[in-house]
Amino acid sequence: MKLSRYTFPVMASVGFGFLYFPILILVIYSFNESKLVTVWGGFSARWYLELFQDPQILDAATLSLQIAAVSATIALILGVAAAMTLVRFRWFRARTWLAGMAAAPLVMPEVITGLSLLLLFVALDHWLGWPSGRGVTTIILAHATFGMAFVTVIVQARLRDMDRTLEEAAMDLGARPMTVFLTVTLPTIAPALVAAWLLAFTLSLDDLVIASFVSGPGSSTLPMVVFSKVRLGISPDINALATLMILIVGLGGVVGFWQMRRSINRRPV
Amino acid sequence: MRVVRRLNTLRRDWLSWIPTVWLGVFFLIPFLVVLKISLSEATIAMPPYLPIFEWIEGSLLEIRLDFGNYLFLIDDPLYGAAYVESVRIALTATIITLLIGYPMAYVIATAREPRRTLLLLLVILPFWTSFLLRVYAWIAILKTNGLLNGLLMSLGVISEPLVILQTDVAVYIGIAYTYLPFMVLPLYASLSKLDRTLLEAAEDLGATPWISFLTVTLPLTLPGVVAGSLLVFVPAIGEFVIPALLGGNDTLMIGKVLWNEFFANRDWPIASAVAIMMLFVIVGPLMWLNRMNAQHEEANS
Amino acid sequence: MSSNPSMVKKWLDPEAKPFLEFRGVTKSFDGIPAVRDVNLAIYQNELFCLLGGSGSGKTTLLRILAGFESPTEGSVWIDGVDITNVPAYERPVNMMFQSYALFPHMSVFDNVAYGLKRDGLPKSEIAVRVSELLELVRLSAFANRKPDQLSGGQRQRVALARALAKRPKVLLLDEPLGALDKNLREDTQLELIKIQESLGMTFIVVTHDQEEAMTLATRIGVMDEGYLVQTDEPHTIYEYPNSAYVADFIGDINLFECVVTDNEAGELSLYASQLDTAIELDGPVTGAVNQTLWYAVRPEKMRLTRDPSDAVNALKGVVHEIAYLGDFSVYWVDLDCGPRVRVSRPNISRLDDFAEAWGEEVWITWDGSAGVVLSQ
Repeated sequence: MKLSRYTFPVMASVGFGFLYFPILILVIYSFNESKLVTVWGGFSARWYLELFQDPQILDAATLSLQIAAVSATIALILGVAAAMTLVRFRWFRARTWLAGMAAAPLVMPEVITGLSLLLLFVALDHWLGWPSGRGVTTIILAHATFGMAFVTVIVQARLRDMDRTLEEAAMDLGARPMTVFLTVTLPTIAPALVAAWLLAFTLSLDDLVIASFVSGPGSSTLPMVVFSKVRLGISPDINALATLMILIVGLGGVVGFWQMRRSINRRPV
Repeated sequence: MRVVRRLNTLRRDWLSWIPTVWLGVFFLIPFLVVLKISLSEATIAMPPYLPIFEWIEGSLLEIRLDFGNYLFLIDDPLYGAAYVESVRIALTATIITLLIGYPMAYVIATAREPRRTLLLLLVILPFWTSFLLRVYAWIAILKTNGLLNGLLMSLGVISEPLVILQTDVAVYIGIAYTYLPFMVLPLYASLSKLDRTLLEAAEDLGATPWISFLTVTLPLTLPGVVAGSLLVFVPAIGEFVIPALLGGNDTLMIGKVLWNEFFANRDWPIASAVAIMMLFVIVGPLMWLNRMNAQHEEANS
Repeated sequence: MSSNPSMVKKWLDPEAKPFLEFRGVTKSFDGIPAVRDVNLAIYQNELFCLLGGSGSGKTTLLRILAGFESPTEGSVWIDGVDITNVPAYERPVNMMFQSYALFPHMSVFDNVAYGLKRDGLPKSEIAVRVSELLELVRLSAFANRKPDQLSGGQRQRVALARALAKRPKVLLLDEPLGALDKNLREDTQLELIKIQESLGMTFIVVTHDQEEAMTLATRIGVMDEGYLVQTDEPHTIYEYPNSAYVADFIGDINLFECVVTDNEAGELSLYASQLDTAIELDGPVTGAVNQTLWYAVRPEKMRLTRDPSDAVNALKGVVHEIAYLGDFSVYWVDLDCGPRVRVSRPNISRLDDFAEAWGEEVWITWDGSAGVVLSQ
């Protein structure tokens, strides 16, 4: 095979197609009147109506959104503290420990994270009487830990790229360390913070395995409900749910891209 | 004096101690708990295992370590096969992901702005939509009476429907599909750092495009290849959702085995032992990844 | 331009109290010294230049003064107060960064106002002060722009205004003109001097550009490998360098090894072995008999001639190479006794058909006062 100018672009196009083909299928079939994938029964919004009338899905979605918002916020705070420590506070004695522990949850198989957290919660409950039983609290704690690793990685990268002289300039002009952080560091890394929070939010909203381990009776998250439905076979109202999610994420992506283009174009050449 | 100094450093470090302690409690200690329970005996109770440490008559500490769970894992060929299968499936899927991801990363890294940002965004966006739903989408495509077979049969490529769903192939596709961004991003990072004049120099010295790719681009982006591969390989070993939804009943992956031991058999000690054994499998690649991160950090400072 | 005539040369007055002092300052990074035992006194209203190549320690010295690095040994004093352990945000000094370090998320106005806000000044006063400063640097029309909407020269002026805003006792400038192109740089040099004189502030400028240092400075401190090797007025640094390093770093120089042959009541006789000739000296030089010294003559202080009669020092050679540089030409001449010397000559005439040509046999001559003798 000859490596031509077109080899990689063609292969990459196949890759992008691979990435988006299933998503396209989901969207198209969410409007299919028929329950069968191979049959196009005409355009219909019936699955959306069904979705919005399913109390089990609605309850689970509300619960998941709440858990995601709280755990992403905790993850953001913890992750920023961890990233600041790893990039800036080189004197911190437990730094190597923190570095190892902060990166590991990224690749740790979810079944292990889920099982180990459940066993911890059971043990804690046994010794301290807290957290009594399992449910929303334990899911939030688990998701915050898991999301924190992702926040740390994103914020760490941004902090490393950041021009340190900006902070020195602020300090030189009389700003105390906390003021420097609030008026210079934080605004500079703000886009990364937004991205990190959104990622932690999405990961929490999306997690099936860890939540299955640490949740208790009556606290079924959206992925848990979806999984139990999907296991039984194709259900078109899940297509509708997926389409709604894709729509929201897609919109977010378009807005983000548009914002970035605008900031690039504003710069004088 | 020393106490005061201790307090002072503690006051300065309070911000750093919060995440450290959090991870200690919610990440490190849980592994010790898993280890402990993997050494205890299963029982029908809540929690369903017997204590290891017990005070006998209030003064004598009795420690009961039960290696039976591990002996059981070694004894029953099912577990050994599951570990081997998991590694094999994860490895195959990682190679497929690399083959799909490398050209994508290459094209993104060589694109101009704003095209580059757009393509990068296109890689990341699916990652933000539900992983579960994206795996689920493949069921409709790969089913025996699904879209792919329908398409291929109507085109006359095949006369009999292919059985893909509930085979290992479906699992490869699922892993490659969901972990693709983890592969593309590190590859993109190392490709975008590549100095383009090196390729011009290689070409100037008579290398054909293939030769200059193999002798310049590939070696220089090897750190990205390794990082991306590890980011796919390690979590894929313990994957549960993909083999559960796309794989067959005979697709043995260790994540699925653990899930079944825990949820179906309610055997917590065996599930714990399975987890500890899984850690042994991934600890090597995990340390490799950690070392690469450390080197990366050093190179940047 | 090199020194302000109205300024009293306080460093010549042994009674004068220095405004800023480095006392035995050493700074090591992981055991590798970047600044070594620097003792330096700077006086009020000075425009002091720290000059040196990259890695000479000049920026580290500036950062120690700003408070970003703490010295491994020694202390730093401002106005009689030891500020060695004072954090950067409490020091009466402000810095203009080489990269300008303008806050990208703030407007020009907010950048300049940043330091004043930290002082807790009332809003109305901040507005007045900032508009004064923007007027000073001629940027009043750009107050609401963001840094990324400004040109390089405009950013440089915002950085200057921001550093001046708190009326610091000492202003530190790290390569202030490094990022500007040549024409803009020359204009800005003069502007800097004007601002410094009108505000009566003490400026410390770090630069690697000797011409810039000569133009700006009241005094120059030359740094090499962490040592402060010479501190003097620009004229003194150029005409009376204290070492071969300084002589070679600032301008060009011809160096010849020589030996002290006689020392009669402080009057030295020198013999340059490389030139195989005795050197005639005007000024006083100290040294012991048989000591090896360096005899240094700048290219523009040597003459190129066909007729060496009535010259104090004269040597014969052949023109090896001529470089025409516009305002002057440089001749490399291979002397018959061995060494190659460079001689420069202003091009006072547009057509010089009678100029010495390549390969021509010529004489090099110089006055007794043209050279300096260096012991290191």
